[in-house]
Amino acid sequence: MNMSRRQRLQLVRGGIYALTIAALALLIISVDWGALGGALFKWDVVKKQFPDILTSALRNTIIFTIFGFIGGLSLGLLLAIMRLSKSKPYRWFAATYIEILRGVPLLVTLLILGFGIPIATGWSWPNPYLQGAVPLALVAGAYIAETVRAGIEAVPRGQMEAARSLGMSYTRAMVTVIIPQAFRIIVPPLTNEFVLLIKDTSLISVLGVTERTLDLARFGRNGVNDSANATPLVVAGLVYLALTIPLTQLAAWMERRSKVGRR
Amino acid sequence: MSEPLVELRQLHKSFGDNHVLRGIDLSVAKGEVLCIIGPSGSGKSTLLRCVNLLEQPTGGQVFVAGVELTHRDCDIDKARRATGMVFQQFNLFSHLSVRDNVTISLRKVLKMKSTEANARADVLLNRVGLADKASAYPAQLSGGQQQRVAIARALAMEPSVMLFDEATSALDPELVGDVLGVMRELAEEGMTMLVVTHEMGFARNVADRVIFMDGGVIVEEGKPSQVINEPREERTKKFLANVLEN
Repeated sequence: MNMSRRQRLQLVRGGIYALTIAALALLIISVDWGALGGALFKWDVVKKQFPDILTSALRNTIIFTIFGFIGGLSLGLLLAIMRLSKSKPYRWFAATYIEILRGVPLLVTLLILGFGIPIATGWSWPNPYLQGAVPLALVAGAYIAETVRAGIEAVPRGQMEAARSLGMSYTRAMVTVIIPQAFRIIVPPLTNEFVLLIKDTSLISVLGVTERTLDLARFGRNGVNDSANATPLVVAGLVYLALTIPLTQLAAWMERRSKVGRR
Repeated sequence: MSEPLVELRQLHKSFGDNHVLRGIDLSVAKGEVLCIIGPSGSGKSTLLRCVNLLEQPTGGQVFVAGVELTHRDCDIDKARRATGMVFQQFNLFSHLSVRDNVTISLRKVLKMKSTEANARADVLLNRVGLADKASAYPAQLSGGQQQRVAIARALAMEPSVMLFDEATSALDPELVGDVLGVMRELAEEGMTMLVVTHEMGFARNVADRVIFMDGGVIVEEGKPSQVINEPREERTKKFLANVLEN
């Protein structure tokens, strides 16, 4: 049979579509939708989640995220500048910090700082919010540092030279010329870091939080225990999506806009 | 004779094994316009960048307006205010408007009030013919306009000497004239200028003196009519024959 390359490709693609549709159809007829809906999205359980899921759980998730982000951004900026410093000890310290905190899973870091340190030293966290948010910020700082560093390095070298030739010190040039331009470059990846942080707050619940500091994930899990039904987790998932989808769309929009602007 | 405004003594610069400047002695008088010509890689840009210490010389001394920049105790940030530099790639601050590009050093380095800084910026932008672009951003300007803003920005600090590092090399040919026009006016007003350039017409008509560099040394220097029209050295002749052919 004589077919062109293009005809063969069309045939293969058509076959893949047909198989996919058949598999989906099989799935749809074989699943007991009533039972599935009853277990995952039971309406009276959905209604019971409100308003607490918004007024308490969502609020706590946002508090953890914002604290983690502001702390992480400040720390990340400092680490990025240290990483680019001429001083070897600064570079070495920042590189080690970043490697360790990015290399250890957040869950482990949370447990070490949230439980391990208090047990080892007898010191205790003055506030249950801080117990979760501080480790989160320390880890976020390590990730954000690398983003900020990439942003600073993306600013053309000539900008620093022009600033220095006008009599600015290195620090002054960094603050007034380089960092503002670096931030324009990294707003989209920074938005993505923010989205990751929203999701990472769900790990804080391993620290056995109090009723007051329940976050979305833990709230969902407690709801499952109370209702013997998975619906609260699905609702929590939907609330996460309501936060994250607008933000990822915003990041994508900003990225497209900055590409147009550069032309 | 009065003390020179810029003086280089036995200036050496190496990048690793690459010995770019091999003992330069040069002095420039107040009000003098000096053009530096030579093939690429001859060290002429490096020489210029050593005058405000954007490149740290490996050896020798640099004096500007009576201050030794290469001295261990020199406050380089302060000493650099005596020089204004214009770059091949303009290097305007892309996040700032044209006016803020001109005023930023006044506000942040000299701690001048905004109103005062803006007034100075308006005078300078008017001088380079861009008064109507004060609120525009660099990306909205042509290369020639950007370079004229860069000149205004460098002039804002009222330097006693201006350094031009191939200021027209990145421009489309039809935009070169505006920038050279501003540079010529500056020269006529008595500004001391060190100009690294490939524009032989500018060197011939505006410069008081021309130096030809090759291989990290000054090969020939003199009046533009002499160096450009009747070069004595073989290397100068060969370079000029190549440049003027185009």
